[in-house]
Amino acid sequence: MAAVRTSSEVALNRVAIAAVLIATLIFLAPIYWIASTAFKPKDLAVSVPPTVLFQPEVTPFIRLFTKRVQMQKTVDPQVYDAAPWWEKRIYDGGERVLKVGKDVQLSQYPDRFMNSLIVAVISTVLAVGMGTFTAYGFSRFKIAGEADLLFFILSTRMLPPVVVAIPMFLMYRSVGLNDSHIGLIILYVAFNLSFSVWLMKGFMDEIPKEYEEAALVDGYTRMQAFFKIVLPEAATGIAATAVFCFITAWNEYAFALIMTNRRAQTAPPFIPSQIGSGLPDWTTIAAGTFLFLLPVAIFTFLLRNHLLRGVTFGAIRK
Amino acid sequence: MASVALTNLDPASRAAARGWSDLTIRNMFIIPTLAFLIVFNIFPLIYSLGYSFTNFAANRSEPWQFVGLQNYRELLSDDHIWSNFVITAKYVIVSVAGQMIVGFGLALLLNRSFPMKGLITTLLLLPMMMSAAVVGLFWQLLYSPSWGPINYVFGLGDFAWLSNPDSALYAVAITDIWMWSPFVMLLSLAGLSAVPQHLYEAAAIDRASWWYTFTRITLPLVSPILLIALIFRTMEAFKTFDIAYTMTTQPTAELIAIRLYKQAFQQWDTGKSCALAYIVLIMVLAITNLYVKYLNKVKER
Repeated sequence: MAAVRTSSEVALNRVAIAAVLIATLIFLAPIYWIASTAFKPKDLAVSVPPTVLFQPEVTPFIRLFTKRVQMQKTVDPQVYDAAPWWEKRIYDGGERVLKVGKDVQLSQYPDRFMNSLIVAVISTVLAVGMGTFTAYGFSRFKIAGEADLLFFILSTRMLPPVVVAIPMFLMYRSVGLNDSHIGLIILYVAFNLSFSVWLMKGFMDEIPKEYEEAALVDGYTRMQAFFKIVLPEAATGIAATAVFCFITAWNEYAFALIMTNRRAQTAPPFIPSQIGSGLPDWTTIAAGTFLFLLPVAIFTFLLRNHLLRGVTFGAIRK
Repeated sequence: MASVALTNLDPASRAAARGWSDLTIRNMFIIPTLAFLIVFNIFPLIYSLGYSFTNFAANRSEPWQFVGLQNYRELLSDDHIWSNFVITAKYVIVSVAGQMIVGFGLALLLNRSFPMKGLITTLLLLPMMMSAAVVGLFWQLLYSPSWGPINYVFGLGDFAWLSNPDSALYAVAITDIWMWSPFVMLLSLAGLSAVPQHLYEAAAIDRASWWYTFTRITLPLVSPILLIALIFRTMEAFKTFDIAYTMTTQPTAELIAIRLYKQAFQQWDTGKSCALAYIVLIMVLAITNLYVKYLNKVKER
């Protein structure tokens, strides 16, 4: 039954909703600015007054992916006509794309993006996998000092990354794991494992024990019951945990900055390092940022209901 | 019942009937994780505790010497380090207070039904899902004194947010508030939705004022979860590195984590930075203990 509302309450409600809409616009404005700058012509990125509406173009993305050099003289009209459309955009900006023979030389960005992808995906699979097993163990079996062990697991997450990074850097250097994918993956698993165990334990506790007991009675072994009954029931929980671990590993900066410099460097330390001195090309930086933020934005949107539950769930349980 | 039949068997054949015994499975599921966390969290800490008593420098090959508590003594009497802690405290207070106010305010506004509520809540979550380092980089453009949209919109002329020593720290805090208010909002929203509706109905029948309802019903009932958000964000803000490091090089915005990074990886003062790491660690543990203490109180209610 809806409560009877006075006209002043209705008015107050309208004001509140308007305030929510304004707040949302303010919160989204910086994100809009990143996304729009990624599609701006170079001069509009730094125009005064700032440009809100413009003819979008993809030139920043072409510049993001290619190695280029400033042209000394104007391009030969015949060469210009023969070039593909995207190369013409570079010529129009007074630059030419570097090539080896006929192969276009790519910038470092695709490489760094791939590093991010490799490290985030593998570390997520490992952290969620181990976390799921461990959470099941804690959820279903009696363990001496269970609360203390769980607190120990959580406490590993409380350390500032820079504190752990110093000894890890020295250890990695002595075993040659510096600037390697494996080294970074290990660190991210260690970082995400505590969260994965805690979140998965919450989900495991919600699956009735009777399901497995029934399976055991039917002649399943414990392991069969776990894989055939418990895991499918926990699937949404696993998906939510995986997205959280992926987002953390995808966005991590301090460890990546300290432990990598060339081969295994991920995008978060790479993108800021491209700013250099002098006038930065904000459209290219924005294009790199935009592509980097895109997976997280898509995940957030697709899994919004699980995320809402996961964030509050994890925090309340902790 | 069939399960009774199973329990009649002796333990060994029961285990055989089920494959591995429960004890084996339990150990297999738990021990690798514990071992992994000990090797990659506890062991490095012991390792760096050892180094904190030496003058070891990771970029030189000369042998190091045991210097006892000298590193700790030097650090604790270094005004520079203390100013880093003061800056960190200022940053934590400003940014956490801002997040609590903005986040809880948003939650109060959102705590009603209206069209597209789910979509709007999701959109508000986006900032906290992003990489702090990349966000920090990009806010440089927003704060730019000559063409940044912030100065244009607020008519601030050529005010240089990030290179002005007085404002750099607050500029970083504003960005942090933007990033993490949604987290406080989300927790508050969960707390608000758990307040029993009949309390509000009773208050409405008594014609209680909005303020009375808010301070006597809403606030007491959501305060436990607000406390969790507060302590959680305090711990995180204390550790802040990426966002401040990519946004500004102003010494007035040099948080303790940045100081630690510079000492360890730019000045290569490894022994001393291990000692500083331990001082920071003890402070984090103190905050954490506070957290656990209050959490237990919250749980008792």
